[in-house]
Amino acid sequence: MSYNINSKGYYGEFGGAYIPEMLYPNVEELRQNYLNIMSDSAFQEEFQQLLKDYVGRPSPLYFAKRLSKAYNTKIYLKREDLNHTGAHKINNTIGQILMAKRLGKTRIIAETGAGQHGVATATVCALMGITCVVYMGEIDIKRQAPNVARMKMLGAKVVPATSGSKTLKDATNEAIRDWINNPVDTHYIIGSVVGPHPYPDMVARFQSVISEEIKQQLMTHENTPTPDYVIACVGGGSNAAGAYYHFLEDPSVKLIAAEAAGHGINSGKSAATSTLGREGIIHGSKTLLMQTKDGQITEPYSISAGLDYPGIGPMHAHLFHSGRAEFIAVTDDEAMKSGLELCQLEGIIPAIESSHALAVFNKKHFKPNDIVVLCLSGRGDKDLDNYISYFNV
Amino acid sequence: MNRIISKLQHSKKLLSIYITAGYPTLKDTTPLIEKLEQSGVDMIEIGLPFSDPLADGPTIQASSEQALRNGMTTEVLFEQLKDIRKTVNIPLLIMGYFNPILQYGVEAFCKKCQDIGIDGLIIPDLPMEEYLEQYKSIFEAHGLINVFLITPQTSEARIRFIDSVSNGFIYMVSSAATTGNTASFGTTQTDYFKRINRMQLNTPQIVGFGIKDHDSYTQATTNSKGAIIGSAFITFLNEFGIEKIDTFIGTIRP
Repeated sequence: MSYNINSKGYYGEFGGAYIPEMLYPNVEELRQNYLNIMSDSAFQEEFQQLLKDYVGRPSPLYFAKRLSKAYNTKIYLKREDLNHTGAHKINNTIGQILMAKRLGKTRIIAETGAGQHGVATATVCALMGITCVVYMGEIDIKRQAPNVARMKMLGAKVVPATSGSKTLKDATNEAIRDWINNPVDTHYIIGSVVGPHPYPDMVARFQSVISEEIKQQLMTHENTPTPDYVIACVGGGSNAAGAYYHFLEDPSVKLIAAEAAGHGINSGKSAATSTLGREGIIHGSKTLLMQTKDGQITEPYSISAGLDYPGIGPMHAHLFHSGRAEFIAVTDDEAMKSGLELCQLEGIIPAIESSHALAVFNKKHFKPNDIVVLCLSGRGDKDLDNYISYFNV
Repeated sequence: MNRIISKLQHSKKLLSIYITAGYPTLKDTTPLIEKLEQSGVDMIEIGLPFSDPLADGPTIQASSEQALRNGMTTEVLFEQLKDIRKTVNIPLLIMGYFNPILQYGVEAFCKKCQDIGIDGLIIPDLPMEEYLEQYKSIFEAHGLINVFLITPQTSEARIRFIDSVSNGFIYMVSSAATTGNTASFGTTQTDYFKRINRMQLNTPQIVGFGIKDHDSYTQATTNSKGAIIGSAFITFLNEFGIEKIDTFIGTIRP
């Protein structure tokens, strides 16, 4: 069985491009060109240069000594939190802005939930001098004021999504509607491994630098390119896709996905899509999603704004369905506790998304000689308010 | 013969109206369909509301949200429509996004449509390629016409292919926009309508998106077989209610 995308844009039975005809020319243009553009040596040169000099890659692979001691195993943290703008998101936006330029696009749109992808998109648009419009749910705009301010300082226009539940899924709907209304000059920078083919594959490829570096760095640390485990959190799943990418076809590397269980899987306030979701269509992709019996998409909940998406990328639906990856549900409380633990053991304040991945150490036993790589997808600066109110700091 | 096909054989231009099922109130679906037929409308698209209608503008988004709050579901719609053919003769289509249909089960959905007397389906986010590979035989076995969309950006080759796999009509989206765009048609639209007309397709075209009054109806139908009105009708309904829809239809096609 293959865990990569097939020629029709599917991972197993998940994926495809379930889009209205109005989007067909745009998505088809991208589908026909993305692999050629990405394999072009001038593109790669520019991409790699920016990842190095602007983003600050390679991000360190850090042996977390005290955390390893606490759990009696060997834990390496892949420090995506040290990237410019504070998370892995920028790997993808750098790639897609270069893609947009080569497609001759002069206007960029994006969706954002917590604002991390919006900031990463506004950043690369400022870097390239391209017009940027970011759609963000009206409720999220109120919850994430600092990121809204960042995007505005970077020159982006932030448009509130006032439809539906006024959060990430509705911001995504609005971005798609904008694209329908601007079919010629605009490129849509999707922030995760979701959406119609070729987006999940393109975003996974841009993020795959994470696992490429892990292999090289692990060689230095452990004299082997392959860990026993890779752990990452999954909302849409872009940091996980990047951390898994070069290990997908190697069954000796076990993959673990941490999902947000919110107040508990059966509490009615959860975002644990693999458990609570059923196969369906969301934002142009056939995947697992949280929905009513009648097929209406429901609103998920997590304390982490980056994990409360009602679907997961089709790659992850396939990894779950096939058993290739183990999905572990982590509640708000478990994540917050593990986040604080990392602060105190290693002096690193993680994003709450990444704290979900860290909580896996309390839920699964690892052997002393296991090499466990955890993708620390983002830093916790953006979450300080949340940490403060949760812990009464 | 499928009612859509026989209706298209008439020489006159067709007026089709889109309604959101279960809107303004849950029980309005059937009375609205009956009243529209009495007012002289040629065809009706019954919108199955969806939580995330990607191709729709604010008017239909709002009517869909309200219909869902009113309690509309696929089951409820089928229950409301079960005796519709005792009173209504014009072609009826269901327009909806793919996920609710997928959850109901495509075959079960098609069977129910056939039992009720639905003539066709318009599913904007079911791609043509998926339809042809996986669902065409199911639709055809239940006597349902699947309506494909074309837009000003659709290439000539793709239009020719869509024409070759269509029966019934082609839904010609007037402009690069979501539904309910209120800008008037300009030369861009007229040139596009003429360009498609010159292609001499086998399948008649009916224009939708942005048709709101007599002028836009006339512009759309000069070079096509008919026009579909959705958002403008729903806006009228919000303001004047079901009782006055004769007036609306009368202004579109005096």
